[in-house]
Amino acid sequence: MKLMILNDYDQASEWAAKYIRNKLLQFNPGPGKYFTLGLPTGSTPLGCYKKLIEYYKKGQISFQYVKTFNMDEYVGLPREHPESYHSFMWNNFFKHIDIRAENTNILDGNAADLQAECDAFEDKIKAAGGIQLFVGGIGPDGHIAFNEPGSSLVSRTRVKTLAQDTIIANARFFDGDLCKVPTMALTVGVGTVMDAKEVMILITGAHKAFALYKAIEEGVNHMWTVSAFQQHPQTLFVCDEDATLELSNVSCRPPSINTVLCMQHMNYVHIQPIYSLYKLLCAHTTYINSYVHIQPI
Amino acid sequence: MPSNKSVSDAPICQFVNCRILRDHKLQREDLWVREGQILDPEKLFFDEKGFADKQVDCEGLIIAPGFIDVQINGGFGVDFSQPSSDVASGVRLVGHRILEHGVTSFCPTLVTSPPSVYHQVLPQITVQNGGQHGAGVLGVHVEGPFISAQKKGAHPEQYLRTFSSPGLSDLLQTYGTLERVRVVTLAPELEHSTGVVRELSQRGVTVSLGHSAANLSQAEDAVQSGASFITHLFNAMLPFHHRDPGIVGLLTSDRVPPERTVFYGMISDGIHTNPAALRIAHRAHPKGIVLVTDAIMAMGLPPGRHTLGQQVLEIQGLHAYVAGTKTLSGSIATMDMCVRHFRHASDLVLLDDDLNVKATYICGEEVWRKKT
Repeated sequence: MKLMILNDYDQASEWAAKYIRNKLLQFNPGPGKYFTLGLPTGSTPLGCYKKLIEYYKKGQISFQYVKTFNMDEYVGLPREHPESYHSFMWNNFFKHIDIRAENTNILDGNAADLQAECDAFEDKIKAAGGIQLFVGGIGPDGHIAFNEPGSSLVSRTRVKTLAQDTIIANARFFDGDLCKVPTMALTVGVGTVMDAKEVMILITGAHKAFALYKAIEEGVNHMWTVSAFQQHPQTLFVCDEDATLELSNVSCRPPSINTVLCMQHMNYVHIQPIYSLYKLLCAHTTYINSYVHIQPI
Repeated sequence: MPSNKSVSDAPICQFVNCRILRDHKLQREDLWVREGQILDPEKLFFDEKGFADKQVDCEGLIIAPGFIDVQINGGFGVDFSQPSSDVASGVRLVGHRILEHGVTSFCPTLVTSPPSVYHQVLPQITVQNGGQHGAGVLGVHVEGPFISAQKKGAHPEQYLRTFSSPGLSDLLQTYGTLERVRVVTLAPELEHSTGVVRELSQRGVTVSLGHSAANLSQAEDAVQSGASFITHLFNAMLPFHHRDPGIVGLLTSDRVPPERTVFYGMISDGIHTNPAALRIAHRAHPKGIVLVTDAIMAMGLPPGRHTLGQQVLEIQGLHAYVAGTKTLSGSIATMDMCVRHFRHASDLVLLDDDLNVKATYICGEEVWRKKT
């Protein structure tokens, strides 16, 4: 597992966006060879989406041969409701890029048969050849997608009732009125995300610090479902400083923004996001395995 | 990228790099149009999996809905109230020239005239959609002759009329036909007007109160019977008085049926109303304001003497007076001037930050562009 710590939200978003961009370029998608991306919603990935849109506008990447699979959607909320995840993805991402509508996949919370809709979603992922990179976030209670505490760690896409904590956290999108927040959602399972080739979790803000601590410094536990990724062969956590406040293994913090440290624990790295892999990929000269440039002090 | 044409074969045009007026704010958003209808791009994306066939770069300009002028008596030498054998070409000329001012639909307005004029002119005006040829004609606005002698303004006294009965017989006798009539301006204090207002409203004709000395209560009765508009607020009506606000009081009246809005035309040319009065009206009832030009034939013409209906006028600078008096008779301001003045206060207009019209679109097609 790799944990990347950036100074703040903006830098974390930019780093994550560059990672996705570079993965996409490396994969080199084309007709018949689609790059499959799992996508989250919420406030955490907004900065990352903005950066990806910037790279698209600059002509660095295209989403023409990208297939996306969103993690979840509310049940019973009209699709055109401004808080539906369809609206979120349209307004914050799809409408600004060149992705084709038929390549986007979001669960339909108004389907007549909800479980059949979930099963069909799993089939679509399979038909697309599985997901190359699943990007996700973490809830304050350590959940991934809507896999609330107590969810099976081998679960698949299904209908879930939302936990009280989640409803409270989401109330800010519904005028602060708890009654207006949907109580059920369709969500990919922990097992569904574990099937992805690579998983990247974005975590920013002090309010997520405890969840991050529980997810990576304690055992695998269904009360903190993100902990399941300790058992995934290729997981990457991208956070800002605030999100690491509860971690005990970060033995020292950089005195200034320009210092790059080599830590005792190789996996925890404070890095300065200046290294442009993009330029390298465009030049087709070097192929490197590690995306982190570490300079020992 | 082409649309996948699952719902319609018609091409989709996407206006990019523009600011649109939405939710009362200027927002940086794209505008999508197909066959003259504005599309919801989110619905287009998820339902139809559709895309734009064509993109128009707006270069950062503002996109606004095309302006609609419901009170325009003529312009560029054309006077709609003149009985002529070729009214249609006059309407066409004005319709074409006002595209320059961002107007995409209008109501040719006839001032108080003898029945012979209405009988000759009205049948020659056709309701039609706008397009490359010019702005759309929504129907005729007949301003008078059923108005108050006390508040006739520039209308000729000898042709004013009253109602002899509550039905539509007087109107049919005067106008000849109500077929193309869209708006009727009348004075509600005239006897039998309540019945007339009710009949007209039931027929779908907009009844507008104006050129009237009515008090608030008479005006409210008219609104209850179906009147929904006020012709050039403040002009040709009793001034606002704190014990009887008159027609102006309709803006804040509590006797207006709850599901209805009373709209009011305002000539915001800087001459017909003081900007402070404009602001008072707007602040009292912002949802009801409708900017009109009340432009006369001299709009677009050089200073001098001209005819309006049965009267002679004199143009002095931006003012148009009844010849030999100081009574204002309509304005020669253009719609975009009125909009700009108001700001210091499909059918679409492209505006720069000073609200100058750069291009006009009807049904998503460019029908006029400012030559630079």
